[in-house]
Amino acid sequence: MKRFLCALLACMMLLSFAACGEDSDDLKVGFIFLHDENSTYDKNFIDAAKAACEELGVEYCQKTQIPESNACKEAAIELIDVDGCDIIFADSFGHESFLMEAAKEYPDVQFCHATGTQAHTSELDNFHNAFASIYEGRYLAGVAAGMKLNEMIEAGEFTAEEAKMGYVGAFTFAEVISGYTSFYLGAKSVCPTVTMDVKFTGSWYDETLEKEAAVALIEGGCKLISQHADSWGAPTACEDAGVPNVSYNGSTESRCPDTFIVSSRIDWTPYFKHMIQSVMDGKAIETDWTGTLDTGSVVLTDINENVAAEGTAEKIEEVKAMLKSGEISVFDTANFTVGGETLTTYEADVNTDADFTPDTEAIVDGVFCESKFRSAPYFDLRIDGITLLDEKY
Amino acid sequence: MSKAEVAKHHREPLIHIVKRDDMVWWRAWLIRVAAIAIAILLIGVISVLLTGKDFFSIFETMFRGVFGRPGKSSSRMLWYFLQKTAVLLGLSLAVTPAFKMKFWNCGAEGQALMGGLASMICMIELGDKLPYPALILVILVSSIVAGALWGLVPAIFKAQYNTNETLFTLMMNYIATQIIKYYLYIEGGGTNKINPVKEGNLPQIFGQEYALNVIIVLVLVLAMYIYLNYSKQGYEINVVGESQNTARYIGINVKKVIIRTMIISGAVCGIMGMILVAGTDHSIDTNTVGGQGFTAIMVSWLGQFNPFIMIFMSALVVFLNTGYAKVADSCGLDSAFSDIAVGLVIFFVVGCEFFIRYSVRFRHSRKEAQV
Repeated sequence: MKRFLCALLACMMLLSFAACGEDSDDLKVGFIFLHDENSTYDKNFIDAAKAACEELGVEYCQKTQIPESNACKEAAIELIDVDGCDIIFADSFGHESFLMEAAKEYPDVQFCHATGTQAHTSELDNFHNAFASIYEGRYLAGVAAGMKLNEMIEAGEFTAEEAKMGYVGAFTFAEVISGYTSFYLGAKSVCPTVTMDVKFTGSWYDETLEKEAAVALIEGGCKLISQHADSWGAPTACEDAGVPNVSYNGSTESRCPDTFIVSSRIDWTPYFKHMIQSVMDGKAIETDWTGTLDTGSVVLTDINENVAAEGTAEKIEEVKAMLKSGEISVFDTANFTVGGETLTTYEADVNTDADFTPDTEAIVDGVFCESKFRSAPYFDLRIDGITLLDEKY
Repeated sequence: MSKAEVAKHHREPLIHIVKRDDMVWWRAWLIRVAAIAIAILLIGVISVLLTGKDFFSIFETMFRGVFGRPGKSSSRMLWYFLQKTAVLLGLSLAVTPAFKMKFWNCGAEGQALMGGLASMICMIELGDKLPYPALILVILVSSIVAGALWGLVPAIFKAQYNTNETLFTLMMNYIATQIIKYYLYIEGGGTNKINPVKEGNLPQIFGQEYALNVIIVLVLVLAMYIYLNYSKQGYEINVVGESQNTARYIGINVKKVIIRTMIISGAVCGIMGMILVAGTDHSIDTNTVGGQGFTAIMVSWLGQFNPFIMIFMSALVVFLNTGYAKVADSCGLDSAFSDIAVGLVIFFVVGCEFFIRYSVRFRHSRKEAQV
C-alpha cells in the first residue's frame, strides 16, 4: 500500500511539473467553431484558418463544438487566459453577443466575428464583424444555373414557361433572402422566363429536412435545385432524382458527379490574413470588413463540365469581369420588381435594435447597396418571380 | 455406466459465475477506482497512439483544459468547472426520485427547457416592471411551475392509463424544443436568437457569476438526500419502486406517489432551467440544456441514486468531457473523441459492477472433482 501511494504521489508531482507550461511571445490566434470539420460550414472556416496561420507563421488554437450560449464567452476566456491567444475569432451568428461580453472584459485582445451585425453600433474598439459579398458569387452561380435551364429548354425537355428552379433555405433571415435573390437574378439574366420556389427548413444543418424539402420541390416541378444550408441533404436528393444542382460552401461533385454544376463559397483566408497582419503591424482591424471578388473572398469551385451547359466557364468569366468593373450590379433595381413595381427607395434594418426597425436608406443611384453599411447582408425584399412555399421560420 | 462416463456427463463448465456475498465496502470502492484509473490509462495510451505526443503531455493538456494554468486563470477555470458540474449534478438530482420509483423520466431535457423558458419570458416581459427581489421570486416560482407541469403530464397518463413513461417523457422533450423554436421565431424578429437580457439575472455573490448556481445545487443535494432517505414520502417512493403491489397492500396510494414524485422531479428540472437561463446564459436557445438531461440519467445511475456520490460522478464526467475536448482540440482529433473517451470510462465503471456483484471461478481441477 505504501509503495502504491509513493508511486501515485510521484505521478502527481510529474503531472504538476508538466502543467507549468511555457508562455511564448509569438502571436496566437484562437478560433471558436460551432461544430467541427464534419459540417461543411465549419470546415470552410477551419481550412481557411489553418492555411492563414500557417502562411503567416502564427500559432493556431481552436475550440470546436461551442454552442451559441455563455459557453462561447467561456471558450473565448479560456483561449485567452489558458492558451494565451491575442486574437479570438468565432464563426457562428449566434456567438456574437456572447463574444461581445468577453470583448468587454479583455480590451487588449482583438475579437473578430463572422456574419455578425452589431460591431458598428457596439462602441467596442476591439470587436469586429466580417462577411463577404457572397451575393456576387451566388449571382455567378445563378448564371450557370440559367444556362443549364436554357440548354434543357433547347433540348425540348420542357418549355421556357416551365423553367422553374427550387431553393432550399434555412431561415427567412436577410442572409438567406439576399442569397436566393441574387442566385435567382443571376439565372434570370440569361433565362428571362425563369421562376423560383423556396422552401425553408428552420435549421442550418438538418440532412433529413433538407433532403425532404429538395424532393418536395422536385415533385412540385422544379427543374434545378440550389440550397443555402450546410448538409448533403439537397445535393444527394438531386443526384437520386437526376436533377441538376448548384451547391454552396464547396464542391459536392464527389458524391453527386451527374448533377453537380458549380458551387459558390466564401474563402475566409484573405480575411484571416488581413486580421492577423493588422495585429502584427499594430494597426486597427476594420469594424466591418466585406470580402469581395477582388479580395479573393468570393470564389466559385471548378465547374463540372459533364453537367454544366456549354460555354458556362466563359460566360461566368465575362460576367465576373463586368461585376468587378462595376458595369453591372447584382441588385440593380432595373432588374427586379416588388409587387409589380420598380423600387426607388427602401429603408433597410442595418442597425440592430430590439424592435428591428428599418433605419438606413439602402437604394442609392438605382442600386440596392448590399453589404455597404455593414458587412452582413440586409437585403430582405420579397421580389416578384420568387414564391415562398412556407415562411414558418 | 462407468465412473468415467458419469464424470463426462457431469463435467463442470470451464467458468463459473458465482454471486458474491456482500463485499466489504472499501474493496468495492477500490475496484471502482481501479476501473476508472485503468480506463483513463487506456485512453491515455490510445491518445498517444493517435497523436504521437507523449503520455504525460496528454494528461497535462487535460488538466489545463479543465483547470487552466496555475496563476491568474485557474480560479476562473475552476469556477467554470464547478458550474458545469453543478448543472449536470442538478439535473441528475432531478431525475433521481423518479428513477428510485422505477419511473424512467427521460424528459429532464424538456422539463429544464420549459423552466428556462418561463425564466426567459419573465426576464423579458417583467424585467422593467417589477422590483428586483420580486422579479427573482417570480422567476423562481414560474420556472418551478413550468418544469413541474412538464413532468406532471406524463405522470398523469402513467398513473391513469399506464402509458409508457419513457416514450412519453422523450416525446415531451421534442415538444419543448419546438416551443422554444417558436418562441425564438416570435421574439427574435428575423434573427431567431435572443441577445442576453440584462434584467432578472441571478445576483452575483463573492463577485463570482456562477457562485450562486453552485450553492443552489449544493442545497438541492442536501435537500434531496434528506427527502429520499429520511422522509415518509421518500420511503413511499422506495416501496413503490420495489413493488407496486406491496405498496398498494400496505395502503400507499400509488397514483398519488407517481404524480407527486414527478412534480418534484420536474420542479427540480425547472430550477435547473432557471439556473441555465437567469443564472448563466441570460438568453435561451433550443440547445440551452445541451443534452445534459440525458447525461444526467447516467450520472444518477452511476451514483447509485445517492446524491453525495453523484457529486463525484458528475464532477468526473465533466472533468473527462472538458479534458478530452481540450486534448481533441489541441491535437487536432475529431471532437467526437471526448465522447468516445467518456463512453469508455463509463463502460469500465458499469463493467466493474459485475465483478463487484459476482465472482468468476474456473473449473475445479480433476483431482478436486474426484475427491
